[in-house]
Amino acid sequence: MLIKRREFLQIGSLASTSLMLPKFLKAFERRNLVPSGSKVLVVLQLSGGNDGLNTVIPIRNDIYYSSRPHLGIEKDKALTLTDEVGLHPALTSFRDLYADGSLGILHSVGYPNPDRSHFRSMDIWQTASDSDHYVNNGWLGRYLDAQCQGCEKPTQALEIDDVLSLALKGDRMKGIALKDPKRLHDNSHVKYFGDLISAHTDSEQPVDYLYKMMAETLSAADYIFEQSRLRPSSAQYPATELGKNFHTIASLIFSEINTKVYYVSLGSFDTHVNQQAQQQRLFAELNDAVSAFVTDLKTNHRFDDVLLMTFSEFGRRVSQNASGGTDHGTANNMFLVSGGLKEKGLINPLPDLSNLDQGDLKYQVDFKNIYGTVLKNWLNADDLKILGRNSDYLRFV
Amino acid sequence: MAINNQLKNQHLLWRAGFGPMAENANALATASQQSFLNALEKASSKTPGYIDVAGNMLQGLAMGVGDIASLQKSEMSADQKKQIRKQSQQDIKNLNLAWLNEMVNSDAQLREKTSLFWHGHFASRNLNIFYQQLLLDIIRKNALGNFSDLLFGVSKSAAMINFLNNNQNKKDHPNENFAREVMELFTLGRGHYSENDVKEAARAFTGWGANLQGDFVFRRFQHDEGSKSFLGKTGNFDGDDILSILLEQKQTANHIAGKIYRYFVDDSLDEARANWLGERFYQSNYDIKALIRDIFSSEWFYEERHIGSRIKSPVDLIVGIRRTLPMKIENQEAQLLVQRVLGQLLFYPPNVAGWPGGTNWIDSSTLMFRLRIPQIIYEADEFEMKPKDDDDQMMGMKEKEENQGGFKNPGKRGGGQMIRAEINWDTYFKKFEGLRREDLFSAISRALLQTKSMFNENVLSSDMDLSSRESFIKTATIQLMSTPEYQMC
Repeated sequence: MLIKRREFLQIGSLASTSLMLPKFLKAFERRNLVPSGSKVLVVLQLSGGNDGLNTVIPIRNDIYYSSRPHLGIEKDKALTLTDEVGLHPALTSFRDLYADGSLGILHSVGYPNPDRSHFRSMDIWQTASDSDHYVNNGWLGRYLDAQCQGCEKPTQALEIDDVLSLALKGDRMKGIALKDPKRLHDNSHVKYFGDLISAHTDSEQPVDYLYKMMAETLSAADYIFEQSRLRPSSAQYPATELGKNFHTIASLIFSEINTKVYYVSLGSFDTHVNQQAQQQRLFAELNDAVSAFVTDLKTNHRFDDVLLMTFSEFGRRVSQNASGGTDHGTANNMFLVSGGLKEKGLINPLPDLSNLDQGDLKYQVDFKNIYGTVLKNWLNADDLKILGRNSDYLRFV
Repeated sequence: MAINNQLKNQHLLWRAGFGPMAENANALATASQQSFLNALEKASSKTPGYIDVAGNMLQGLAMGVGDIASLQKSEMSADQKKQIRKQSQQDIKNLNLAWLNEMVNSDAQLREKTSLFWHGHFASRNLNIFYQQLLLDIIRKNALGNFSDLLFGVSKSAAMINFLNNNQNKKDHPNENFAREVMELFTLGRGHYSENDVKEAARAFTGWGANLQGDFVFRRFQHDEGSKSFLGKTGNFDGDDILSILLEQKQTANHIAGKIYRYFVDDSLDEARANWLGERFYQSNYDIKALIRDIFSSEWFYEERHIGSRIKSPVDLIVGIRRTLPMKIENQEAQLLVQRVLGQLLFYPPNVAGWPGGTNWIDSSTLMFRLRIPQIIYEADEFEMKPKDDDDQMMGMKEKEENQGGFKNPGKRGGGQMIRAEINWDTYFKKFEGLRREDLFSAISRALLQTKSMFNENVLSSDMDLSSRESFIKTATIQLMSTPEYQMC
């Protein structure tokens, strides 16, 4: 049997000629694809442990200001949301989203027995495991496993990066990482790879797994590239890395690709030293990119279908340190951005700074419940199977 | 195709080491597996030297202050501390490259390959170069010795004690991290102990710490002297007692033997063989060398289904290429980038459970990058790959790291990375001397690939340079190394 050879050729030729196909054939070609108007999740990972208390600021809390005599952001500098709460001054577009009813903020999100190593805590967030379990697959990878039985193209989840995160690695299925659809296409469209695939016959040996992965990658690279040129966004995005990444995501969302999940990162938020300047710079990049992305989605009437969710592997300690920064902490806040939120604004109470665990916030919401909510209510997936646990659902979607 | 003697010998050399060296080509076809195994054992019988890369500045400081992890508490200025951390981080890179060179050049292949197994089994992340060096030394010295010595050595190493928080494990505030992992990962495996065993073992390990120089210390006043109940036994146990009780459990021998089987033979465990190995490992009082000999001298190790069935780890791949094609790499650090992109950076395991291996190595990015590596080396191709940041390693200094640029191509603004290497082809050509032109391709395939499927020369001929015998050998080699088949061993 020629492994995937026939499927591969079919997908390849259809994809490259799809612009010339009559409409009814196009519909046939895409019979497995999601109908437009269906929901998309964009996960934005703030790597390095973003300082949540200087992101969403308790502007009337004395403990906050006394714990952070230098780093605390003064009330009149913060962007006011309510009498109690302000945003970091760089996050102007998030203030507008708040006013618009398109921003949800979750406070005190974390998990029991928190780990303060970046790598380990990121593992826990990406695998959705308990902190004393080691799991080799990610929550979005398991989403692919559950959703994508018999999928020809593992393009349901894409990461905009050179290297794939554990979050998108399933047991059987793995998402695809790409920095740029054209580069992925050019790198895989090497004649030699095509020669190899056409020469390979199924050997019923472990090497077949690699051929399958290779054939899928090549076909996905074609498909993603064609889709990215279908309706490329013509909007202006900032010339930052995150800006470019959101531009790529928007162009794919406007196409008819079957992708349900996009994953993208920004960092490093590991602000032990000189936090003010570093967070300011990263937030400016975040703010401008999200602003352009939301405007673009609105213009194209897709803002109600897209949920942007941010997270970081941990928050930081309540008190500042001696180097103008903060050290690794525990619970943190998350942003939810969408035109389709059912609960918006400040979804749960601010963290209680008078009730700390050795200088750290106590978590109130287990992040796995947020994943469960998004999987079930937004992506329409079997969250129990994917997370292996019953979730206490929230109501934001 | 038939399993001939050459394939079996190459199978042994790939599993017990990092593949054949360009020089030992001739013996491969004729010598017996037993003679290769004897040679491997003999070459690995010497005690290895201590790999010491710590920079002079740090050596000096070690005499005085010593500890990098507890710098916060010392009197040094912020600048000094920063410099020391940076130096330590640089030295860990050098340690990585120095060990990698050992894997490539050392005759003690069996020792280095087994050490790489233990490096993943006793996985520890630590930013202190001295702790890392000491732990690697314990592992390399005991890799083929007695598992009991290895377990005690690792458990009392500063690297592990710090990584698993045993310095914070005190009488009135037990920290269970070390006690849990020593059972779950290092000895019994999950499901063979209770939560209460974890609690009681943690009490026994109270007071185990490490000092600034990386020596083990027992802090009597922090030790819980009360009676503990552990795995059905009761007594005033200390940490040594717990490790001894763990070694008394046959399950420990079974767990280790099973894991060794999966590393050296096949990802999917054969229960009967693992039990047989475990039983003998236990009877031999945990003689690692005997366990490994049991595997490599068995008939089943050479069965067709085990040959070419394993996906090479990134380190296997890099080291294997360098052994087959001797080369001088100008920008050694490029190898670290390759390790990071492919998901196995030595001294930075993903967590205490080590690298999961097998199909976990492979996704679309890592596979396509693997297939490009030979070309990247041969043609000095530029490539653009940015690995994930590791914030534990950067310690808030990401910006500075990036500006240093590392191994970017200096010629081009914002250009990609390169591996600048010079391959010594002459040694490699000798392998194929005297062969007829029409037999060359299949000889090269047989030397490079362990899989059953073999390529038809015509399929790849359009990608090869036929202008001379030398360029044919070169391009055929590079093309065959750029196949999925070459990822297997």
